Amino acid sequence: MKFAKRYLIPRLISYFLVIWLGVTFVFFIPRLTPNDPVMRMVDQMRARGSTMEPGTMDDIINDLTEMYGLEGSTLEQYRDFWVRLAHGDLGVSFFQFPAPVTELVSNALPWTLGLLVTTTAISWILGNIIGGLAGFYTRAIWSQVIDAIAMLLRPMPYYVFAFVLLLLFAYVWRWFPVTGGASLGAMPEFSWVYIKDVLWHSFLPGLSLCALGIAVNFQVMKLLVQNVNAEDYVQYARLGGVTDTRIVSKYVIRNAVLPQITGLALSLGQIFSGALITEIVFGYPGVGMLLYRAIVNGDYNLIMGITLLSIVGITTAMLIVDLTYPFFDPRVRYS
Amino acid sequence: MKTLLDLFKDYRFRHAFVVLVIILVMAVLSFFSPYDPTLWHVVPRDMKPSAEHWLGTDSNGQDVFWQATFAVRNSLIISLISAVISRAIAILVGLVAGYKGGTVDRVLTFIGDSLLVIPLFLIFVMIAMMVREHMNLVVLGLMLAVFGWPWDARLIRSMVLSLRERDFTKTALLSGTGTVKLVLKEYIPFTTPLIFSTLINNMSWAIGLEITLALLGLVDLTIPTLGTMLNWAYFSHAILLERWWWILTPVILSLLMFIALYWLSVSISEYLDPRTRIQRVGA
Repeated sequence: MKFAKRYLIPRLISYFLVIWLGVTFVFFIPRLTPNDPVMRMVDQMRARGSTMEPGTMDDIINDLTEMYGLEGSTLEQYRDFWVRLAHGDLGVSFFQFPAPVTELVSNALPWTLGLLVTTTAISWILGNIIGGLAGFYTRAIWSQVIDAIAMLLRPMPYYVFAFVLLLLFAYVWRWFPVTGGASLGAMPEFSWVYIKDVLWHSFLPGLSLCALGIAVNFQVMKLLVQNVNAEDYVQYARLGGVTDTRIVSKYVIRNAVLPQITGLALSLGQIFSGALITEIVFGYPGVGMLLYRAIVNGDYNLIMGITLLSIVGITTAMLIVDLTYPFFDPRVRYS
Repeated sequence: MKTLLDLFKDYRFRHAFVVLVIILVMAVLSFFSPYDPTLWHVVPRDMKPSAEHWLGTDSNGQDVFWQATFAVRNSLIISLISAVISRAIAILVGLVAGYKGGTVDRVLTFIGDSLLVIPLFLIFVMIAMMVREHMNLVVLGLMLAVFGWPWDARLIRSMVLSLRERDFTKTALLSGTGTVKLVLKEYIPFTTPLIFSTLINNMSWAIGLEITLALLGLVDLTIPTLGTMLNWAYFSHAILLERWWWILTPVILSLLMFIALYWLSVSISEYLDPRTRIQRVGA
């Protein structure tokens, strides 16, 4: 009970508040910027050369106004926006009319989730293990070499790094495919050939996400371990003749990794944004690619839907990561 | 001066310093450019690097080297607008939240933490979609500034929280120093090093986002920046046509810039934080 009161309930409250703030942002962006999304879309249709009678145009404008929920006062619009969101209704896509946004996103989502979950897990685990060892054996040559590599990788933004990988591996050396999630015409099936094909296509996007993720986790973990190393109990264990292997695996890494769990939760939003960008660079058929096509086609509704779903998805994932924290830290569990 | 000499002992600071000086020189050179960056077909198209055109020319008939000087300058302008303004917000929010405490602190911290969580990239895409044709250097810089402060405000807040408990705060208050004077005279000097290192980080963040948005075509593509240069090169198939000088110029310039800015910020903050300095020197 105490746990629920001190940990669970405040966490749930902040969860809903963050979603509320995010959705409110999304609601106000088109209303505070100078352009009207409806007139924008009408202009686009005109620019594409579709001519129609004045009456039809008015109908379209009315339909679009309704679709964007732009009727009535701002307060009413805000309420309707929430009602629609609560029903899971994010409107229809414009460039793939009349496919609902939710359907398009849920078709693309497995690709993104597969890439994201795998790379996040790999980079978190590997980054922490390597960073932990490097922090413990600071003076070793390999530790300093990895540190130097991380110093080079860490500052790169996803787009630039992914772009460099693509240039080198796909254009210059041609080891990996330039674009796509699977070979053209390959039917999704549960066979070794297809799985191998998908893995081969996702290698470069995965590598770009993993390399940057490992570099970040490595640096943070190394610093954490260096701090834990200075703690009295580690010195005591050393003086007491406990072997280094045992100290680092049982005492040091286990204590240093706790802040990293919170860190993982906090960085999920950035990792997700990074994954979207990586998908665009590599033409990987996930949510990022959907976003790109929406941008190119000026499909504001689809972008809005992707943003809303991402906000809910990321905050939920963070909540789950945070709620598992007590399983790793007995101090939270018992208090 | 001694500080600078000490900093030069760090190889990262040395390299970063040299690279940034070169980049600054390039930015300054743009004022002496013989070509107007907005005009096309001022030089022969698709020429390889030569004595006349140091980095060749592109398919739009522009000189890559001189175009790059404008790109570097404009990218720096965006990042400076973003970094300076978001620093102002971060200092204000951090000081107020840390010093006032209570409800004000909770509200400000909540807003900041939420901005850290929300996928800002998508928010930027949404805003850029709406104002694409007005997306010049200043608007872009302002947009990034409005969202770029939370993490740094958090750092400043926690610093002020600990400063507030120090004895000199009580001495100052008891001897009648006003809040504003206390904060400006006593607290700001403590936070200056932190503000400086976050300024550099924010600059590199802003440059990165500019490149990302420009590659997606969400900024005004007639203004040369590192991002728009990359956009033109990429979408004119510079890779497939093997015009390496065109695509590699913005790629290498931006890589150098990111690494140099990061190394500068790391070396300075390590220098300012004695704990890590001791670890590095091995004392």
